[in-house]
Amino acid sequence: MSMYTETIMWHNQSGHNKRPLEGATHVERGNNPNCGDDLSLEVTLENGVIKDAAFSGSGCAISQASISIMIDLIKDKAVMDAKKICDAYLSMVKGESVSEEMVDALEDAQIFEGLSKMPARVKCGTLGWHCLKTVINQL
Amino acid sequence: MTTMNHKGDFPIYETHPGMVYLDHAATSHKPDIVTRRTESYYKTSNSSPHRGAYLLSVKSTELYDRGRKEVLDFLGADERYSTVFTKNATEALNLIAQTHVMENVKAGDEICVSIDAHHSVIVPLQLVAKRKGAILKYLYLDRTGTFENDAITAKTKILALPWISNGLGKIHDVKALLKRAHDVGAVVILDGAQAIGHIPIDFAELDVDFFTFSGHKMYAPQGIGGLVAKKELLEAMPPFLTGGDMIEYVTEQTTTYAGVPERFEAGTQNVAGVVGLMAAIDYIKSYGLTKIHEHEMALTSYALEKLKALPFIEIYGPEDISKRGALITFNVEGIHPHDVASLLDEKWVSIRAGHHCTQPLMKHLELSASCRVSYGFYNTIEDIDKFVDAVKYAREVFGYVDVY
Repeated sequence: MSMYTETIMWHNQSGHNKRPLEGATHVERGNNPNCGDDLSLEVTLENGVIKDAAFSGSGCAISQASISIMIDLIKDKAVMDAKKICDAYLSMVKGESVSEEMVDALEDAQIFEGLSKMPARVKCGTLGWHCLKTVINQL
Repeated sequence: MTTMNHKGDFPIYETHPGMVYLDHAATSHKPDIVTRRTESYYKTSNSSPHRGAYLLSVKSTELYDRGRKEVLDFLGADERYSTVFTKNATEALNLIAQTHVMENVKAGDEICVSIDAHHSVIVPLQLVAKRKGAILKYLYLDRTGTFENDAITAKTKILALPWISNGLGKIHDVKALLKRAHDVGAVVILDGAQAIGHIPIDFAELDVDFFTFSGHKMYAPQGIGGLVAKKELLEAMPPFLTGGDMIEYVTEQTTTYAGVPERFEAGTQNVAGVVGLMAAIDYIKSYGLTKIHEHEMALTSYALEKLKALPFIEIYGPEDISKRGALITFNVEGIHPHDVASLLDEKWVSIRAGHHCTQPLMKHLELSASCRVSYGFYNTIEDIDKFVDAVKYAREVFGYVDVY
C-alpha cells in the first residue's frame, strides 16, 4: 500500500501547520543530513499545556506531513499526554507493540505505521517527533 | 536505439523478473558466471593463500596472484604497475591517503580535489591535510560539469578526482588533468569506481599514478576491490594495515615487511572475491567494453530524450553525451527526491535519492538532494520507459496534472 495517502498529501501540500509562531516559548530544529530535511518545531507552552505549535523549514512529504499531523495531535494537550503520544508513535514506527488505547490516541498518525517496513524513510517520518521529544525532555 | 537484452545473464532477474534496477552506480548485479565461479572456488579450491605447502593452499595462492595480473591486463597496465587488493575503492583510497599522502605532504603543501569527488576520496584526504597542516583546495564544477576554476598550482602535491563523477555523470578529461598535475610535479589519485566496466580504459595511453576501483560496481562480488599503482610509488610507501602475510621477519620489538604488493595486504585475503573479480572481467571481455559503452550511451541518450520532454524535470551534468557516464542525476519539480524514490519503488523501479556521497558537490551546486538513475549492461530501453512512466505516476500522486 502506498504511504502517499490523501491525508499525507493534504498535510504536505496545504501547509496547514507551516507558519511562524509568534511568542513561541520553545524552538527545536531537526535535520537529516542524508536527505536534506531541515524542519523546526515551534511550541508555545503555558502552565504545562501546549497552547500552540507550528513548524517551518523544508523537507520531503513524509517529514512535513508527519510533523503537521503531530502538531494537530498535541495542540491543547498537557505535556505529559503529548509525551505519551510521542513515545507511542516512536514505538509504532520501530515496529514495537503499542497498546490499543495508545494506537487510538495516535489518530491520523496511525498512517505512518507502514514506516516500520520502510527503514530508509523512518528518519523522515520521525524528524518532527524527535524535535518534540527534545523539547519535552528539556522541561 | 539499442534492443540488446542481457538480463538472462543475471540470475537476480529470475527471482525478480519485474524489477527495474537503476542503481548500478551503487552496486551492480552479478552475472551467472560470477556466482558460479565463486561458489565453485569454495567447493573445489578453498584454502588460505600464501601459507600452506599443501595442494589447496598452492591452488588458492595461484588463483589470487593470477588475479593481480588479470586486473593489470584488463586496464592495459604494463610491468611498471602492480595490483594491491583491498575490500573496495574506499579502502584503497584510505590506503593511499594514510601512506603515500601522509609521507609526502608537508605543512603548506596543497592537496587539490575535484568538488565532485566521492566522500571516500575527500574524507581520507581531509584527515591527512589536517594532520600535516596541508591545504585542501577544490576544483569547482557547475551544474553541467564544467570546471569553474584552476586550483592546481606549483604547490600542488596531490590531485584527486573521479574518472567519472557519480554525482554529475561527467567523464573527466583524465589525460589532460594527469598532464596538468604532472607538469607541476603532483601525483594523481584517480577514483575509477564509476569508470571501470563502463568505458574502455588503457593505461598505455595515459600516465596513471594511482587508480582505485570496487569490484562490486563492475559485476564482481562485494568485498573485493583494489588499487593499481606505479610500483615505484608503492615501493616507497610504508605499510597500511599490519599483521599476518604482510611481513618478512617479526621479532619482539621490530618487524621488516614484505615487498610490493604483499606489504599492503594484511591477513587472510579474499580469494573467492578475486575469483569472482576475474569472472567479472571475463564477463565484460566476452562482450567487450566498446559494445558495453555503446549500449550504455544509447540508454543515456534515450533517457535524456525522454526526460527532456518532461518540463518538470531538471537534469544535471554535461549536455554533450560523449562526456557522460552511465548515470543521470535530476530533480522532479515539486517532489522531494526521497519521495520520488519511494513512489518509484511502488512501481518497482529502484533509483537512488540523496547526496550520492557527494555532499560538498551538492552544497556547491546549491542542491539539497537529487535523484539518480544509473545503469549497466543488463539494463534495457524498456527499463527506461518504465522509469519514465513511474516518474509521471509520482507527479500524479502529488496532484499535478501534466500535459505531455
